[in-house]
Amino acid sequence: MSEFLQQIINGLSLGSIYALIALGYTMVYGIIQLINFAHGDIYMVGAFTGYFAILAGLPFPLVLLLAMVCPAILGMFIERVAYRPLRYSPRITALITAIGISLFLENLGILVLSPDPRPFPQVFTNPPFQLGQVTVSIPQVLTFGVALALMVGLTFFIRYTKTGKAMRALAQDLEAAQLMGVNVDSIISVTFMIGSALAGAAGVMVGILIPRIEPLMGIMPGLKAFVAAVVGGIGSIPGAMLGGMLMGLVETLTTGFISSTWRDAIAFGLLIVILLFKPSGILGKNVREKV
Amino acid sequence: MSLLKVEEISISFGGLRAVSNFSLDLGAQELVGLIGPNGAGKTTIFNMLTGVYHPEAGNIMLNGRSVTGMPPYKINRMGIARTFQNIRLFNDLSVLDNVKIAYQYLGGYSWRDAIFRSKRYRRKEKEITEWAMELLSIFGLAENRNELARNLPYGAQRRLEIARALAAKPKLLLLDEPAAGMNPQETMDLMSLVKKVRAEFDLTILLIEHDMSFVMNLCERIIVLDYGQTIAEGAPDEIKSNPRVIQAYLGGEVS
Amino acid sequence: MAMKIDVSGLKKYLLPAGLAFLLLINLFLVLEFFGVEVIDRYVKGILILMQINIILAVSLNLINGVTGMLSLGHAGFMAVGAYVSAILSIFLSKSNLPEVLLFPLVLCAGGLAAAFIGMLIGVPTLRLRGDYLAIATLGFGEIIRVVILNLDITKGARGLPGIPNYTNLWWVELFMVLSVLVIWNIIKSNHGRALVSIRENEIAAEAMGVHTTYYKVSAFVIGAFFAGLAGGLFAHYLGYISPKSFDFMKSIEILLMVVLGGLGSLTGSVIAAIVLTGLPELLRFLQSYRMVIYSLTLVLLMLYRQEGLFGRDEASAELLRKWLTPRKKNHPGGEAGEPTES
Repeated sequence: MSEFLQQIINGLSLGSIYALIALGYTMVYGIIQLINFAHGDIYMVGAFTGYFAILAGLPFPLVLLLAMVCPAILGMFIERVAYRPLRYSPRITALITAIGISLFLENLGILVLSPDPRPFPQVFTNPPFQLGQVTVSIPQVLTFGVALALMVGLTFFIRYTKTGKAMRALAQDLEAAQLMGVNVDSIISVTFMIGSALAGAAGVMVGILIPRIEPLMGIMPGLKAFVAAVVGGIGSIPGAMLGGMLMGLVETLTTGFISSTWRDAIAFGLLIVILLFKPSGILGKNVREKV
Repeated sequence: MSLLKVEEISISFGGLRAVSNFSLDLGAQELVGLIGPNGAGKTTIFNMLTGVYHPEAGNIMLNGRSVTGMPPYKINRMGIARTFQNIRLFNDLSVLDNVKIAYQYLGGYSWRDAIFRSKRYRRKEKEITEWAMELLSIFGLAENRNELARNLPYGAQRRLEIARALAAKPKLLLLDEPAAGMNPQETMDLMSLVKKVRAEFDLTILLIEHDMSFVMNLCERIIVLDYGQTIAEGAPDEIKSNPRVIQAYLGGEVS
Repeated sequence: MAMKIDVSGLKKYLLPAGLAFLLLINLFLVLEFFGVEVIDRYVKGILILMQINIILAVSLNLINGVTGMLSLGHAGFMAVGAYVSAILSIFLSKSNLPEVLLFPLVLCAGGLAAAFIGMLIGVPTLRLRGDYLAIATLGFGEIIRVVILNLDITKGARGLPGIPNYTNLWWVELFMVLSVLVIWNIIKSNHGRALVSIRENEIAAEAMGVHTTYYKVSAFVIGAFFAGLAGGLFAHYLGYISPKSFDFMKSIEILLMVVLGGLGSLTGSVIAAIVLTGLPELLRFLQSYRMVIYSLTLVLLMLYRQEGLFGRDEASAELLRKWLTPRKKNHPGGEAGEPTES
């Protein structure tokens, strides 16, 4: 039982990372129906920004801020340069472009930063504490806390601010929103900014949680976070949070009770099972094509 | 014996009854119009007849055989073909290929024939092309055979959809607003075209149309639908003067 | 945007050119018997990989370009074919079967195994549409990889060594030509038209008597078969395979060939497979900058040639001329409204 609870704790902290990345996927997909393959690499950029900021001796809150701002700028830049010109092109074109950007960031990372993994400098050296029978580390608490705070903030932003409302309007119907005077370009920019900032935060948190970073670190988490977004119902913000947490839990529980080598197969298997029974994800709406 | 016999079919979407207890009897070679205000359930009836939706209750019989609950492709092979309200052509294919696709089961050769280009493949392909060209020339599209469907003018797209439907050699043809978006001259031409193909292909036709002069001049019998229910049925002249129909179209009380 | 399909142009120029090229290679190979070596091992290797990639691209095009189902797991089928045929030929190499018989046999077995897996995956998942289907195929591709990673018979992550090096240029040519021919003939038949109609408008296709589920699964199974075949050729060329060779990036690489060549255009796929296999080799002098330049080229290509090299059309002289003349700015924003310029 304590082993189970332990895995739940591990799963929640890992799930927070997935949820933060998944949010970016789901927000972008909800508005422009693009699977932004470069999103996992934005997360990598966040991790490296944090890495260098810590090495420069900045305090942690500033590190976190910087690791959100830099990816945010990068995300907006990518959207402006690579995705905006293709907004009215076949979707496969934008998808391939996103894959190209992803490959570019990864290989640029390998070129500039070397392909070797580096240890992430540890900021929190306090020993883990006992909570009943389970051990909880400071990074785990912090990851969960930061993710929670960001998600609550995002929810308020989406629900109550003017920009948030515009984002929801775009997700419903881009053309109609445009006709109602919403500035589509700037709202899409903001979407990329927020999504990338969240991924950047996830990058720092993962550095603290699993202290090893490398230029290709974004591929697998990116893929799984996307899967998590789909499981939750792509386009749905609560869905991405739920999907991310679920993905984290499934992974740690499989590692803990079955085998770590089967972990990915079970995660993807779960995805397929969920899709078969609920083709638009747990919280997604089923859209029927009108004949 | 009637060709199509629809017995009390009903369907609802999200608690809203879109069509309730709709019945219909179509004899061979009949030309019947289905009219009614927007949202009355006309297209939904077409969707049930062609298997896109399955009625929750009731029965649909074609030539005495039940087709209720069959998937659309089977119903098509049983002899019901249709056009769509919002044109659904194969846009990036040539006009000729659009018609050829409808020969699915009439094509009659196997994967092996296709892979090895057997004698049968060549014979059947020749037949298909000839028959498709024949249809295209009836619809005045023979010269456009190599154009992409998306590049045709609107009226020609509507005609191509009918030609494509006929390629499957149906017994019953369902036309969903065939004259929509056409100018008066095109509408007139379409009217004579519909009459012509009915005679030539021994067809029964059921059509939805908002253009009243089109329906009144063409159809022998008209069914009026409102809120998913049949409110009137009869010859064009009877329908014109029916108070319930006037009320449904104009709203308000009957004077 | 709409270009006329000019098949006669293809017959006139491209096919003879390709066949002449193949003939030339074969001539060189024959010369080798007389001790004249024109192409070295390195070039031969590239030629082999190019043709394996042609099979992969053409087979994915049947699924992705012709039928319009976005599949992100093609490398998974390749893996199944590679492992099944490799294990079979390691096992059978002790028998006295001659290579001419054994090799096609194990390749077909690999292809059939991949086709079978394709059917198992296809039947439940092909109900899904668009991106959901893409994600499900991605998931299955990863599952296949993890399963291989965990089985004993595949030797897991260490990889499978000691596969007989049966693959040479002759064999690859034979299977490449056969694959392209079979898929071409399928596309040009009423079965092919049924597949295309699903891409164009699934609801209309179904209403016109096309059994869409049957054809979707068929496209998937046929595509998987040829991917498995290509996997077998690949395994018997390298002599060693590991799950790493068949990861998500490999699926993406194949997808790139299909999209760059133009969805639905077989000639496009063939040319894109040649270019994308050759390009990294040509860029070798850039050393560590190679992949950066490669990915940047990809992005620029997408930004400036959005329909792929050939769009949906087959290659032709007509198209080449159009391609070389400057393009008119063509915004398909008709119904979506023009993007507001900022």
